[in-house]
Amino acid sequence: MANGESEVGADAPAGGFVQLLTPDGERVDSVTTDGGVTYSVDFTDDEYRELYRDLVTVRRLDAEATALQRQGELGIWASLLGQEAAQVGSGRALRPQDMAFPTYREHGVLYTRGIDPIMPFGLFRGVDQGGWDPNEFKFNTYTIVIGAQTLHATGYAMGVTMDGKTGNPDGEAVIAYFGDGATSQGDVNEAFVWSGVFNAPIVFFCQNNQYAISEPLERQTRIPLYRRADGYGFPGVRIDGNDVLASYAVTRAALDHARNGEGPTLIEAYTYRMGAHTSSDDPTRYRIASEVESWKAKDPISRLRTFLAKQQLADDTFFAEVDETARTVALDLRERVLAMPDPQPVTMFDNVYPEGSPELDAQRAAFARYQASFEGSAH
Amino acid sequence: MTETVTLGKALNHGLRRALENDPKVLIMGEDVGKLGGVFRITDGLQKDFGENRVIDTPLAESGIIGTAIGLAIRGYRPVCEIQFDGFVFPAFDQIVSQVSKMHYRSLGKVRLPIVIRIPFGGGIGAVEHHSESPEAYFSHTPGLKVVSCSNPSDAYHMIQQSIVSDDPVVFFEPKRRYWEKGPVDLAGTPDLPLHTARVVQEGTDATVVAYGPMVRTALEAAQAAAEDGRRIEVIDLRTLSPLDLGPVHESVRKTGRCVVVHEAPGNLGLGAEVAARVTEECFYSLEAPVLRVTGFDVPYPAARVEEEYLPDLDRVLDAVDRSFGW
Repeated sequence: MANGESEVGADAPAGGFVQLLTPDGERVDSVTTDGGVTYSVDFTDDEYRELYRDLVTVRRLDAEATALQRQGELGIWASLLGQEAAQVGSGRALRPQDMAFPTYREHGVLYTRGIDPIMPFGLFRGVDQGGWDPNEFKFNTYTIVIGAQTLHATGYAMGVTMDGKTGNPDGEAVIAYFGDGATSQGDVNEAFVWSGVFNAPIVFFCQNNQYAISEPLERQTRIPLYRRADGYGFPGVRIDGNDVLASYAVTRAALDHARNGEGPTLIEAYTYRMGAHTSSDDPTRYRIASEVESWKAKDPISRLRTFLAKQQLADDTFFAEVDETARTVALDLRERVLAMPDPQPVTMFDNVYPEGSPELDAQRAAFARYQASFEGSAH
Repeated sequence: MTETVTLGKALNHGLRRALENDPKVLIMGEDVGKLGGVFRITDGLQKDFGENRVIDTPLAESGIIGTAIGLAIRGYRPVCEIQFDGFVFPAFDQIVSQVSKMHYRSLGKVRLPIVIRIPFGGGIGAVEHHSESPEAYFSHTPGLKVVSCSNPSDAYHMIQQSIVSDDPVVFFEPKRRYWEKGPVDLAGTPDLPLHTARVVQEGTDATVVAYGPMVRTALEAAQAAAEDGRRIEVIDLRTLSPLDLGPVHESVRKTGRCVVVHEAPGNLGLGAEVAARVTEECFYSLEAPVLRVTGFDVPYPAARVEEEYLPDLDRVLDAVDRSFGW
């Protein structure tokens, strides 16, 4: 088995996982898997504190978005609550030249790329369908069809190889995000086949948050997800997805493995979706409160806070400042979301084809004339 | 430098030139490498351009299109071969939900210059899934452009025009015409932009609109009609999305009669759209309703009866007769 059991893995699923920070805030120096790979982190005090700031900030932004949705300002919101460590750890593991392919829930990864957190809000507010340039931000547009982006990531990674950008420590790597439900999709399995066959420089980062909307993991698989990698011929490793240090260490190693030309890795981040699938979902219909409570004890933020406090790396002044700064960032986000203008209806005709279409131009002109016919009337 | 070559060889020449002209052009698909494709359209290309330019892929159509999207985001221009019309459906989601929408989704910041080549249509005595005409699905999808060639010269030029285009193009190849020969100016440039229809035979009495494999059928019908003294104008649509119906409208205003021909089932096919648009634009010129000659609304039948399913010269002439009898 390619997976390691942490020394203090009482909270680990059967088969274990890589854990470098326990729910009680205890550091584990290093974990060596049965496959002989050793994972550890070597952060400065400042770096530990900044990871904590990231986690708090993305959770605070997420809470603001949930509030905005409840107030009718967003059509829908896909909350990352509970998955902050998986996203921040893996996101911070990316080097600037690396490319990420998100689902629609990777707001934390987006944040770690240094991207203005407002970027996906056009999508959720309903003023556009995304609208950013993947190559500018090294962060693909959100993909809503489950698993489709894993193939895009694989193709992109094949292109990295063709461009001669692998096989050295400064090379490029690609990370594809998806969830436990997506592992049942044909596209994800095809992406595994292709990346294996072409030795693509890619990391498949599966956030197993235990539910695909209402369906529990048992409806998607009868073996642990990380073991699927065996069948495709590349390593699979499970991490404590609520441990930002494990997420960072294992993702960093897998990305370097990829950029060195050694091929793909599947990482299963074992975590929990603390909130609803989206703001339209009601999780009380399919899971019990005690389960949610048991995962609260494994919270990704409180364990890092405990660690920082115990090690005297941070004090209450620091924690208060982080909270206050996150609040300021969130309120700024709120103001800017509320100020987002609705698009002009005629812009729906824009950007259908790079090279345009005379037929569509005619439709647009007819629509514009129709709209103009109401100008000055009470319509 | 005009040569007489088959339609299949013309495509091969066109692909070769595209590979020569732009190092970002890739060919990918099942069996496109050593074998040269099941129809040999990519014959010899891997040998000359290498395994990184002409890529034998795993046997997974969604994977072909999905990875082509990633390669296009990376700056490549993939030309994907779907082996047969009926095998495109595993890739349907990637084509209609991703290829077609990425430019729109990104507010114009991403271009996916992907060409999806699909040998289509019947008449080759094949088993199920090898003779279908799925062009309406793709023509119905905003964000895709859809074309079909009918002769070697257009095949040679249109495939290159499709590859150069920054739009995603679904390129339907009339597989039963792969072996038909015609003149191609291999050093020449195309005489028409990609998304234009062509009047392939002038006439004054009725207009027959076709595309892909049915253009030859329409021309044969026109020849037969000429023996009865009827001069049929034949228009090759060439572009299915967007349609270029200007030449059709102009023709129908002259002839007053219009028959649309395709192999695909009639219900909600291209013929229905052409008929509606011609009716809107040429209402006062029409002497008869626009008629359609199409495949029937059945799954593509067994090969032993496909000749009865496929529109042929007689069915086209029958429709022309009905138009005159209105």
